[in-house]
Amino acid sequence: MTLEAPRASTTQFDTDELVINMGPQHPSTHGVLRVVLKLDGERVIDADCVIGYIHRGIEKLSENRDWTQIILLTDRMDYVAAATNNLGYCQTVEKLMQIEVPRRARYLRTVLAELQRIASHCLWLGTHAMDIGAMTVLLYAFREREFVLDLFEEFCGARLTYNSMRIGGLPLDIPPGWDKKVLSFCDLMEGKLNDYETLLTNNRIWLKRTRDVGVISGDEAIGLGLCGPPLRGSGVPRDVRKDEPYAAYDELEFNVPLGTRGDTYDRYLIRMDEFRESIRLVRQAVEGIPEGPIMGKVPRLIKPPAGETYHAIESPKGELGYFIVSDGKSTNPYRFRVRPPSFCNLQGLKRLVTGHLVADVVALIGTIDIVLGEVDR
Amino acid sequence: MLETIVVPLAKIVVLLNAVLVAVTFLVLMERKVIAWAQSRLGPMRVGPYGILQAIADPIKLILKEDITPRKADKYVFTLAPIMSLVPALVVFAVVPFGPDPFYYLSDINVGLLFIISVTSIGVYGIILGGWASNSKYPLLASLRASAQLISYEIAVTMTLVSVILTTGTLSLVGIVEAQREGGLWFAFVQPVALMLVFIGGLAETNRAPFDLPEAETELTGGFHTEYSGMRFSLFFLAEYANMIVISAIVVIMFFGGWLQPFPNVPALAFLGFVPPWIWFIGKIFLFLYVFIWIRATLPRYRYDQLMALGWKVLIPVAIGNLVVTGILKVAL
Repeated sequence: MTLEAPRASTTQFDTDELVINMGPQHPSTHGVLRVVLKLDGERVIDADCVIGYIHRGIEKLSENRDWTQIILLTDRMDYVAAATNNLGYCQTVEKLMQIEVPRRARYLRTVLAELQRIASHCLWLGTHAMDIGAMTVLLYAFREREFVLDLFEEFCGARLTYNSMRIGGLPLDIPPGWDKKVLSFCDLMEGKLNDYETLLTNNRIWLKRTRDVGVISGDEAIGLGLCGPPLRGSGVPRDVRKDEPYAAYDELEFNVPLGTRGDTYDRYLIRMDEFRESIRLVRQAVEGIPEGPIMGKVPRLIKPPAGETYHAIESPKGELGYFIVSDGKSTNPYRFRVRPPSFCNLQGLKRLVTGHLVADVVALIGTIDIVLGEVDR
Repeated sequence: MLETIVVPLAKIVVLLNAVLVAVTFLVLMERKVIAWAQSRLGPMRVGPYGILQAIADPIKLILKEDITPRKADKYVFTLAPIMSLVPALVVFAVVPFGPDPFYYLSDINVGLLFIISVTSIGVYGIILGGWASNSKYPLLASLRASAQLISYEIAVTMTLVSVILTTGTLSLVGIVEAQREGGLWFAFVQPVALMLVFIGGLAETNRAPFDLPEAETELTGGFHTEYSGMRFSLFFLAEYANMIVISAIVVIMFFGGWLQPFPNVPALAFLGFVPPWIWFIGKIFLFLYVFIWIRATLPRYRYDQLMALGWKVLIPVAIGNLVVTGILKVAL
């Protein structure tokens, strides 16, 4: 029996990067987003977003529906902010047909859009906090979102896909006493916002998890085509409501909160401020609702003249634009294209997560506030 | 015969069952407390106010299909949950529920050392579970877990040493007796140590805000992602049994174990009508409540921040506390 000479160690430690697949079924990718992460230890060195899991062809479908039916399809894009989608579409067609919308309808639309912003931000806040581990905020935020859904239900009968607007105005006037309920909701919401902030804003762990995470400069944010709170978080004063006022925004007073550092915490603070600005807007709009009709003069058969137009509004997630081409002959659009804010903001994800840890990925997916229904359409 | 075999065996059976039942009700308590914190009702369907949920859950878990992934290492995969549960239960052998020997299984003179060493074995269950699953997320989680548990153990152990310095004994009964003789709970003598042990305990039991190994929003469930049925519930039992252990350690070391509050104040002597074991269990549940309360309130630390907190804050403070305790011990 002989002893074998010990073998020289030729094996080295395997230091390849680890590729992990986050999604499409993952609790915090907010839907069916799939992110292929390349990790070095726990640090992300590359991220690749794979989208399209709930592509329903809304744009192509719209080209085969008549103009009023499309409103219903826009509900299904950003399904947590359906009223804003309706608003954007209706205004684009109104712009194409040069329809004058009555002042009362414009005020009511503003109320609906801002209530929708509150509901959408509630959902963002809850899921964002949940991703970072603060589970109670989720339940609190959903409790308040429920009140907004109740208000919408009373207005149009639906709780999620509202189909709440029409080309030229609104389908229904508000039910009696609805405005009082909206105002009392505003009072309630202001108190609840302070509750959320008590749990998060000065919480040391929250600060540690969001401060200096996903920093992006203003120039870079513009370069990536970011919009909405992620853009304003980097200090770029771009808000369609201010820059190109629509509905009743030019008659109401509100501020556009801006960030300074462009990190996740700034984006959080901005959205918290936007809650307050939205409440302020809703109050002003509800108190200022003028008397009058709720529908403008709209032909029975909607058939816009030949031409094309682009119109953008500020949805809760950012700049929501519609590009519509009409050939002037048929009762459906020749080309229908949406510029969805979630899709554009998702482009920034790769830039944001590179160099951060796995745990930050979920925080950053939360901070850009995407809805996959809108990304894929 | 009766004294050496039957009585200890009977005690073991009673204790094990008591711990397991306590764990099932602790799960219910957690769900209820978190539900109340979140303005919900929590489980309400099974039994009055959902009390029987504590029984329905284990039955459901036992009846569920027990899946072993095809590529998993079968033996280790089965061994891991057992390895994490057994140490958590063994620890109760030295936990004194009351002053006389009827209330504990054994009072060994290295009781605290026994607890520290046995609980450290539990980490193997987590590492092996994550490794044997042969899956990426559990592997990442178990790597996190091992690093986390080992780093926080250093801080906790070092802090416990300072308590041992004060008492001069490692026996848990001795530590409680020392608090009775001193007339003061060690929470007032060693407040820094209390904070360190409590924070370290949160981290060692993988509880929020240090619940990274099972961060469901990042790692889809952590090291037990691939587990199901009874094997999953063994991990679950282990986690909650460990919570009870940590609470028991905190109560014994800092809150006088089975002693009533301020045992030497004659005005409070009437509190003596409550049996000691009730005091002990009551205090444990108070701490369990704090554990749950923290989970409902705080966000989660990130992995690097957790390690930074452990190595750069807790361990230096623990060493400092140890040094100060030593100096005071010699000087006084």
